[in-house]
Amino acid sequence: MDRLTVSSSPHIRHQDSSKGIMLDVIISLLPLTVAGCIMFGWYSALLVLTTVVAAVLTEYVCCKVMKRKNSIYDLSAVVTGLILALNLPPKLPLWMAAIGSVIAIGVVKMMFGGIGHNFANPAITARIALLVSFPSAMTAWVAPKGVEVITGATDATSMATPLTTDGYSYMQMFMGKVPGSLGETFKLLIILGFLYLVFRRVISPVVPLVTVGTVAVMSLIFNLDPLYMILSGGLLFGAVFMATDYVTSPINWKGHIIYGVGIGLITFLIRHFGYLPEGMSYGILLMNLFVPYINKITAPKPFGWEAKK
Amino acid sequence: MAIPEGILRPVKNIFGGVRLPHNKGTAEKETVIMPAPETVVIAMQQHIGAPCTSCVKKGDTVYVGTKIGDSDKFISAPIHSSVSGTVDSIGTMLLPSGATCQTVVINSDGLMTPDPDLKPHTVETKEQLVAAARDSGLVGLGGAGFPAHVKLNVGPNTMLDTLIINGAECEPYITSDYRECVESTDSILGGIFVIKNILGIKNVIIAVEDNKPKAISKLQKLAEDELGYQMGVNSTDDEKTKALYKVATDVKDTDNSIRLMRLKSQYPQGAEKVLIYTTTGRKLPLGKLPSDVGCLVMNITSVSYLYKYITTGMPVVSRTVTVAGDAVANPQNVCVPIGTPIEALIEFCGGYKKAARKILYGGPMMGTALVDTKMPLLKQNNAILVFGSKEAVRPIDNPCIRCGRCANTCPMGLQPLEIESALRIGDIERVKALYVDYCIECGCCSYVCPSKRYLTQTMRLAKAELRNKK
Repeated sequence: MDRLTVSSSPHIRHQDSSKGIMLDVIISLLPLTVAGCIMFGWYSALLVLTTVVAAVLTEYVCCKVMKRKNSIYDLSAVVTGLILALNLPPKLPLWMAAIGSVIAIGVVKMMFGGIGHNFANPAITARIALLVSFPSAMTAWVAPKGVEVITGATDATSMATPLTTDGYSYMQMFMGKVPGSLGETFKLLIILGFLYLVFRRVISPVVPLVTVGTVAVMSLIFNLDPLYMILSGGLLFGAVFMATDYVTSPINWKGHIIYGVGIGLITFLIRHFGYLPEGMSYGILLMNLFVPYINKITAPKPFGWEAKK
Repeated sequence: MAIPEGILRPVKNIFGGVRLPHNKGTAEKETVIMPAPETVVIAMQQHIGAPCTSCVKKGDTVYVGTKIGDSDKFISAPIHSSVSGTVDSIGTMLLPSGATCQTVVINSDGLMTPDPDLKPHTVETKEQLVAAARDSGLVGLGGAGFPAHVKLNVGPNTMLDTLIINGAECEPYITSDYRECVESTDSILGGIFVIKNILGIKNVIIAVEDNKPKAISKLQKLAEDELGYQMGVNSTDDEKTKALYKVATDVKDTDNSIRLMRLKSQYPQGAEKVLIYTTTGRKLPLGKLPSDVGCLVMNITSVSYLYKYITTGMPVVSRTVTVAGDAVANPQNVCVPIGTPIEALIEFCGGYKKAARKILYGGPMMGTALVDTKMPLLKQNNAILVFGSKEAVRPIDNPCIRCGRCANTCPMGLQPLEIESALRIGDIERVKALYVDYCIECGCCSYVCPSKRYLTQTMRLAKAELRNKK
């Protein structure tokens, strides 16, 4: 008889794997990617390809240079590349997009120890880095085919001139018939992606719902149209796909609520009072930095815990 | 199946936990009795506590039920011969825990002659009950192996108000408690009456998971129809109970009730702390005993065996185990003499269907893996699981992606991911501050981890490091 395996319990494992989770995220993003490429033209497909290939390549090179186990097969670099592409203006020069991927993977992720160790969301940080480096290219929004540019921006400019002058109907905004980032405009597909991820239990719905809810409540308080606020800019995309990143979000539901409220508040404040574009990106990035503290204050007491007398 | 009337719902819901595939394919197969194997190897430690020393020597003639090992320590349980025959040798073996212990090897004469000195017992006082439990060699048969008489030896100042009968059987594959419910319902109820009446415990809750509706209805039916006992109603027909069970019904309190509770099938529902919480809503603090919160928790099979000992005088010499897994030809429940080598047991179940790569004592979540098949069956083993390649493969662990699933499923509310990273950098103070000593090693964290990290193993390591530092 063959030798028996002796190992520590438990002897069975759930079938979910990190790779499977990444694959689920990719699946949830695919409709958006395809729709974006159709709406904004073939160049966008090239953009997606560039960020994904650059992200995977960067991870591969980093692993080699840092003498680490090759980790590209966990698909997390693909997810980062894909999310980054969907965050970019559809006609961004490819070399800029590639730099974004290198920043996301090389600087934000690998330099801090690879998957699970980055303190900020790689795609968000890369997007902000690109915005700071190439402000005009990063705000050169183009309209999808068959749609005229009325004002022409996602967060900042559209916020400065809400509703009346903007001229897009809710339906146009919902169906992605507005200028904007490659993957941020088609709200219907974002909501479908959200439902898929929640249904597959990849993400908990708390962070997206609380984030969006906070923005809606703040809009009501400041007498703005909440629906317009939700449907414009990168709010929905960020709330569903970027704020829910495991590594850079809190562990339990209590933390999720604090984190979601924080993102919503910062996003609203930047949109309403600030002069910067990218309210959502800064909201997520800033709250990323608070995550260790949020985890600390929301750490659960164990079952049967008693205060020392 | 409709929920029968009078069945309680859990007082509280379990924190966290996981839903596991049940794999209880052996549930509806009748228990078969295994004949005496040629040789049995009886370990002198089959319980938590002090090991026993053999009180027989080579060449001695023993019968089924003859005491062959005992200890003078209180937390210990005597060991009895499970076959009749002659003592072949006194040896040593490696226990699954890694410790070595003495063994008595007995060559069976194949006759299974019971010890002529065995006789039924009269149990009327607490002292008699504790003595009987000790003499029977009874230990927690659900897997823990804690000597039963220690639990039953309730101090004079301890107020017990609830007896919880643990029939949750939350581990996959295992159906031995279920078979006991279906096949020995009367012994279970008999044991419950003995403990309840002698210790004067008001409430009894029999907790069974909802994937065993037949066990629930059988228990209820027997209690109601055959004993005239109204489940959940405050009355006991003392005379009838007395007549049926020939035991004392020294009822100290008339406000009696026996209730069945239907628990959600969620692992680790049967863990003592979890069970006390779901059945009574009481939280057992760290380092405290169930009696500190007024509870006594007994495994359902243990209660049944206690009653069998009282009525027949036969100590725990054989037990029902579930033999299952994809590599065994004929999975079923078998009543096996203690000390039977696992290879003989698997042989009895039709041998291997395919090459076995991993064999477990107990369930897949908390069981221990066998080193080789010559190891004997121990009292506390409720299952022997024989797995082929799939379950034997040790998954490759990947870096933690901080998804938080381990923390959100931990029934003790711990954060295994944080404990792991604290241990990795050797920060024992932080390991302590993260309450690792609350861990019950149920295995949920490892089970759910998508990165396949060895979290439960790490928790054990962290606990050991913490102990070493003290």
